[in-house]
Amino acid sequence: MTPRKRTAIGILTAAWAIASAALGAAPAAAADDLVVDLSAPVVAITTGFTGADLLLFGVVSGAGDVVVVVRGPARDETVRRKQRIAGVWVNLDRITFDQVPSFYATASNRPLTEFVTPEILLDNQIGVRSLELKAKLKGLDAIEVARFRDALVRNMQRQGLYARETGKVTFLGNRLFRTTITFPANVATGSYVIDVYLVRDNKLISWKTTLMTVRKFGFEASVFDFAHRHSLAYGVLAILIAAMAGWLASAVFRRA
Amino acid sequence: MQIYLPIAELSVNVFLLLGMGGGVGVLSGLFGVGGGFLMTPLLMFIGIPPAVAVATEANQIVASSVSGVLAHWRRGNVDFKMGIVLLAGGVVGSSFGVWLFTLLRGIGQIDLVIKLSYVVFLTIIGGLMLSESIRAVLRRRKQTPTKRHHHYWIHGLPLKMRFRKSRLYISALLPLAVGFIVGVLSAIMGVGGGFIMVPAMIYLLGMPTVVVVGTSLFQIIFVTANVTVLQAVSNQTVDVVLALLLLAAGVIGAQIGARFGSRLQGEHLRGLLAVLVLTVCAKLTYDLVATPEDIYSLTELEGHS
Repeated sequence: MTPRKRTAIGILTAAWAIASAALGAAPAAAADDLVVDLSAPVVAITTGFTGADLLLFGVVSGAGDVVVVVRGPARDETVRRKQRIAGVWVNLDRITFDQVPSFYATASNRPLTEFVTPEILLDNQIGVRSLELKAKLKGLDAIEVARFRDALVRNMQRQGLYARETGKVTFLGNRLFRTTITFPANVATGSYVIDVYLVRDNKLISWKTTLMTVRKFGFEASVFDFAHRHSLAYGVLAILIAAMAGWLASAVFRRA
Repeated sequence: MQIYLPIAELSVNVFLLLGMGGGVGVLSGLFGVGGGFLMTPLLMFIGIPPAVAVATEANQIVASSVSGVLAHWRRGNVDFKMGIVLLAGGVVGSSFGVWLFTLLRGIGQIDLVIKLSYVVFLTIIGGLMLSESIRAVLRRRKQTPTKRHHHYWIHGLPLKMRFRKSRLYISALLPLAVGFIVGVLSAIMGVGGGFIMVPAMIYLLGMPTVVVVGTSLFQIIFVTANVTVLQAVSNQTVDVVLALLLLAAGVIGAQIGARFGSRLQGEHLRGLLAVLVLTVCAKLTYDLVATPEDIYSLTELEGHS
């Protein structure tokens, strides 16, 4: 933990220096209300991967509150509901949702309800309740869709992919802020979008979008790519490895 | 120490996997069973997706069957002709099984079918073994000679074939059918199917016990190899990292088990195995019947990119 903290402080000091220089040169330019960066643009999944923490930091030009929203790559997600048939629980009804973010987390420097209007939350899909999750098929019973939607969020939360609570954005002084984004081990690979909003007097003053990537690296990536791109060769190789191992074991233990 | 499994896409403790591989290996050496029917449910219990558990276990069984069959082959206990006929049925059966598996996965019923198949077969096998071992222990001294060749309607089937090694002259349809059924189960349950194949060979085909295990192992190699390739191609669910960890610990465990096994009595062994099988079965049944924590669930992606 200590080395990580130390690098974070190093980065923050650097950011502070750059930001104050920029602000000094061109004060109050609207585009520079908000400057944001990440401790690393890539989260690497390697053999020992058990999840990762990423530091997001930035500078605001004046007073205001900060909201951070992180969204993982979207994909269709099917929610199924079990029903008891002859004593056994069987998947029966299902609803597929269109383009569901595979990861979703928010953070702010104080409780959202204290400084953001519900309209802003809804318009920008801030918080799981405002997240737009639409059934792929139109014309389904709205109450049913709502139930399945809640179940989708609940399941994602249980897997640690959707944050249960709003994370903490910490201000260091009046302008410099930081927050930690935590990714669990089962995080999906792909492109992540991080939106940072600056809110002042119940109004959205500025926002910045930053991209980052979660990627498999090295051996894990090769195995996965091979299995998906050349699945026949992968299967044959898997058998050969197993057959070799079996033969080897038999040879070794015969001598022993 | 955690390791990230590239196909299962989750991280699992290495020592847990090695322990499971070794533990099931000891049992398989002890009881002379493949262990797939224990390993696949165990993998599901620790959170490996059932589709990955089944496909990966098929891959692991290739290794354990190869190492097993070599010993039997050296002693001349493999009936290759019978093995090839069983295998012909097995290849068709397992291909059909993988097709069925893919279909069931698409409609979200694969978990249920895997678990139900386990419950049904483990109950039957466990029950039979337990009652037989209890009976055997009770009348240890009274030895009743059993007849080897029974004559049923099945002996009137056409396409008769001579199997010299097994000293049999029976219809080829019979081993073909046995191979087919075991092949389907192998694909769906992620097992070699020895626990069904061996009794079927003894009681149904009437093969001499000496050649049964070797011949069964011989055909299991190719059936599970077929399952591995087909699963890799149609579902991309074979995790070689997981398979390697399990088989490395498994082969060592099997050797330890085999050494212990020779010191224990057959009936007690079978009784112990039966209890174990029924325990796994009870846990699976409970999972199917008990009210789930959440009746809504996210199924694995269909056509996962």
